[in-house]
Amino acid sequence: MRLNIINPAFNTSAWRLLPNRWDFIAFPLIICLIAMGAIGYHQTMAPISVLKTQVISLSPSMLPEYAMRTTLRMLAAMVASLLFTLIYGTLAAKSRRAEKVLVPILDILQSVPVLGYISFTVTFFIALFPGRVAGAECAAIFAIFTSQAWNMTFSFYQSLRTVPRDLEEVSRSFHLTGWQRFWKLEVPFSMPGLIWNMMMSMSGGWFFVVASEAITVGDNTITLPGIGAYLATAIDQRNLHAVGWVILVMTLVILAYDQLLFRPLVAWADKFRLETTSSGNAPESWLLDLIRRTHLITQILTPLGWIIATLARVPLRLPTLGARFSDATSGLVASRPRVSSRAIDVLWAIIVLLGTVYVVYRVIAYVRTGVDLPEVEHVLVLGLITLARVLLLIVLASLIWVPLGVMIGLRPALAEKVQPIAQFLAAFPANLLFPVFVVVIVKFHLNADIWLSPLIVLGTQWYILFNVIAGATAFPNDFKEAAANFHIRGWQWWSKVILPGIFPYYVTGAITASGGAWNASIVSEFVSWGNDKVVAHGLGAYIAQTTAAGDFPKIILGIAVMSLFVTLFNRLLWRPMYAHAASKLRMD
Amino acid sequence: MQNSATTATQEILRVDNVRRGFNKSQGELLVLDDVNLTLKEGEVVGLLGRSGSGKSTLLRIIAGLINPSGGTVTYQGEPVDGPAAGVAMVFQTFALFPWLTVLQNVEAGLEALGVNPRERRERALAAIDLIGLDGFESAYPRELSGGMRQRVGFARALVVNPTLLLMDEPFSALDVLTAETLRTDLLDLWTERRLPIKSILIVTHNIEEAVFMCDRILVLSSNPGRVIAEIQVPFPHPRNRLDPAFRRLVDEIYARMTARTAIGGKRREIELGTWLPQVSTNLMAGLVETLAAEPYNGKADLPEIARSLHLEVDDLFPVAEMLQNLGFADVQEGDILLTAAGKKFADFGTQERKVMFADHLVRTVPLAARIRQVLNERPGRRAPRVRFEQELEDFLSDNAAQETLDAVINWGRYAEIFAYNDQAETFSLEDVES
Repeated sequence: MRLNIINPAFNTSAWRLLPNRWDFIAFPLIICLIAMGAIGYHQTMAPISVLKTQVISLSPSMLPEYAMRTTLRMLAAMVASLLFTLIYGTLAAKSRRAEKVLVPILDILQSVPVLGYISFTVTFFIALFPGRVAGAECAAIFAIFTSQAWNMTFSFYQSLRTVPRDLEEVSRSFHLTGWQRFWKLEVPFSMPGLIWNMMMSMSGGWFFVVASEAITVGDNTITLPGIGAYLATAIDQRNLHAVGWVILVMTLVILAYDQLLFRPLVAWADKFRLETTSSGNAPESWLLDLIRRTHLITQILTPLGWIIATLARVPLRLPTLGARFSDATSGLVASRPRVSSRAIDVLWAIIVLLGTVYVVYRVIAYVRTGVDLPEVEHVLVLGLITLARVLLLIVLASLIWVPLGVMIGLRPALAEKVQPIAQFLAAFPANLLFPVFVVVIVKFHLNADIWLSPLIVLGTQWYILFNVIAGATAFPNDFKEAAANFHIRGWQWWSKVILPGIFPYYVTGAITASGGAWNASIVSEFVSWGNDKVVAHGLGAYIAQTTAAGDFPKIILGIAVMSLFVTLFNRLLWRPMYAHAASKLRMD
Repeated sequence: MQNSATTATQEILRVDNVRRGFNKSQGELLVLDDVNLTLKEGEVVGLLGRSGSGKSTLLRIIAGLINPSGGTVTYQGEPVDGPAAGVAMVFQTFALFPWLTVLQNVEAGLEALGVNPRERRERALAAIDLIGLDGFESAYPRELSGGMRQRVGFARALVVNPTLLLMDEPFSALDVLTAETLRTDLLDLWTERRLPIKSILIVTHNIEEAVFMCDRILVLSSNPGRVIAEIQVPFPHPRNRLDPAFRRLVDEIYARMTARTAIGGKRREIELGTWLPQVSTNLMAGLVETLAAEPYNGKADLPEIARSLHLEVDDLFPVAEMLQNLGFADVQEGDILLTAAGKKFADFGTQERKVMFADHLVRTVPLAARIRQVLNERPGRRAPRVRFEQELEDFLSDNAAQETLDAVINWGRYAEIFAYNDQAETFSLEDVES
């Protein structure tokens, strides 16, 4: 984890600024489609017997095995995310019609709380593999996948749309087929952004893997051998020693992941940067250096590279999807095909619209069986409470970390030491630390509504810190000197010099932090220690409780409302701020 | 005479024995060494030097932005410790805050001084007016061209009514025409005494610019920076660049700045620890070809060739010097002459040139020879970059060591005396020996 991996340009969650009218369709469409999948399987498979729960041993000697299994789940989800990214991103970028639907859908998928997917999908996957662990494994992997895939896909899609025209033309003049161009130009070009987003995804993923390994949906209780299940058992048995062990092991796993997987990947991907001038300090990795300098490993890897290269050379012709590029090149085409093309567009729009209306109708009909109007009002109020909690804590975290981050970032020697720690803390699943807080709350009978709140930003506040540090580190020296030369100090220095300077970085960090906070609310507003349950008022607690009770109409309502809040929150607060930062505070 | 002069014109700034260096294992590595200078009221003084002469560092020491390792700076009788009041600076990169409008940028310095809002507005508008920016008050820097941005830089510096104006290569980021307009505008304001400033200190690497603007020029040497010459410019403003006397002075300064490499008629040899500039082999070959062809026929006047090729001192001198170091040319008295080897090189084709270049490189650049030698001695014929970096860092700063090594890597690759893998950061003799 190094300073130079931070690049706000790769932050895709804040990228799409302008809502388009497809968003109004995409939102109900997605929420209802997810809900319908869950409803269908829930209804047909509800009577299935309880899944055999595996016994989790609290012996520390079992932890390495559990850690390994957790890590494998993360890897499996990453592979799935990559496949999804390559296919979905390509479809969205290459076909004009698909793009209109796929991009808003991705945007909404991104707003659905990840733990909400678990509530829905656990039943689905268990039904898919009745009575076997494979179903539960798939549910957990799918949950992690949902935490990783969206921003990777956005990044890839965005890269595909911005492949430089001259490189595009070169590949055309060499008569590369679509398949060859994809591997020779488009994938390499999008590699740096993709890898950066993979790292961010991975960093967020630990939180969800811990949450998804031990979960109860109605009658189905899942415990998958892994770090998360170990923690759940420790909480159940009120074993603080075990909690300590699990924190230690997780720390080691995250560090190993960084050193053995991502550091080498980032250093390797550096060669895909487009600039031909070499940057001052390229990312480095001791492991990659080792691999490159060791003949044996290189020789093992060479055939692998050969296979990939051969595959990429296969002159496979892909069916042309839509006509994004030929539109530009053949401007003189007669107008008739255009008319028919427009007619297809309209037809396409109508199909999508009708489909949306249908699923919305079906889901509303189902939800009405278990939910009445006062319940909806109640849930909206809970949503407002959680919104207030998220807002307040992001503000509090900003008040603490922005000044500190600035002070650290302006001292390069200190920043170099603090930055990896902040990035590590951001990756560390904060839910491992919850028991420590809960024990204190239970012991002193503290007010849950107040004292559970900090847990919401426990894990995500670090995104604010390390982005602010990165911003302050990148603050141009000339500006510092100009400020000093004109004696600009104190409040004027903060408001006119440094805060606008780091603002784009701050917004990037705050967007990530608030997204994480919404997710965290589901696990942090409803916590337990042994048989003691501590519950705060809020939408997160509502979703957690209805999930535990397996009350599907209410789960759907809760998740739909939370998705709505997250979407509106992003659209009305963060994106305008991001647009402001991108247009007004640019330094060039 | 000297006494009466100092009493008549007030001394504004005095720099005594200023030194600035970094601590290295082999002792202190100096950027500036024993620099002395004074600035008097009514003077425009130029600090002329090439990259690596520490001229910008000196300017920042004077501004109180960085501390010297030794020596003192006295500004209006007081020792400088931190940013001094009444000293304003104009930056090469403009350093305008992109989130503030032109007016807000100009007002920022006044706000820091605690000037009340009304007076602030009046003074800022007056400065904007003076510098020719009216109409752009509400624009953001990114909406302005480079020239207009630097005008904001000037307005921001002038509005605080400074005693001393420091300028760090203020025109070097601008195109030729814009730079000239800004220079003459500034000089007009200065000679008409419409500026509150008492003295201007301007850092530049452009010899003509220095002669065009300054009353006095201090020439700094490189690595470390020392004042090696002080030149009075006797011409009245406005100056004519085509005036023979003007041209003679420019030629003379060229000669002085190149003289350093030819001490006592004998070339200063490159040592292992000598900093080497990154000069592309294309530029070297291009200059050799240009010199060999008409109308130069092997000999040219440096200022003239700089003008005709549109090269700045910092572009031309390193190329000329490297050609001299490699034995392809001689630089003396502001002239450059091709040697017999240089003329042969010009006639050769690509492959013959490479062979010849390799021969000269190994003979004249000890670092290239050392790399080659180490590779030959090692059983695997491979050596990591770090090995040479560490060797160089005994003599050079980390940055300079990197630059020097990168320069030699480039030449070595062209000459095919070794191969270098940037990913693995290793040198080898693979692909070279066959």
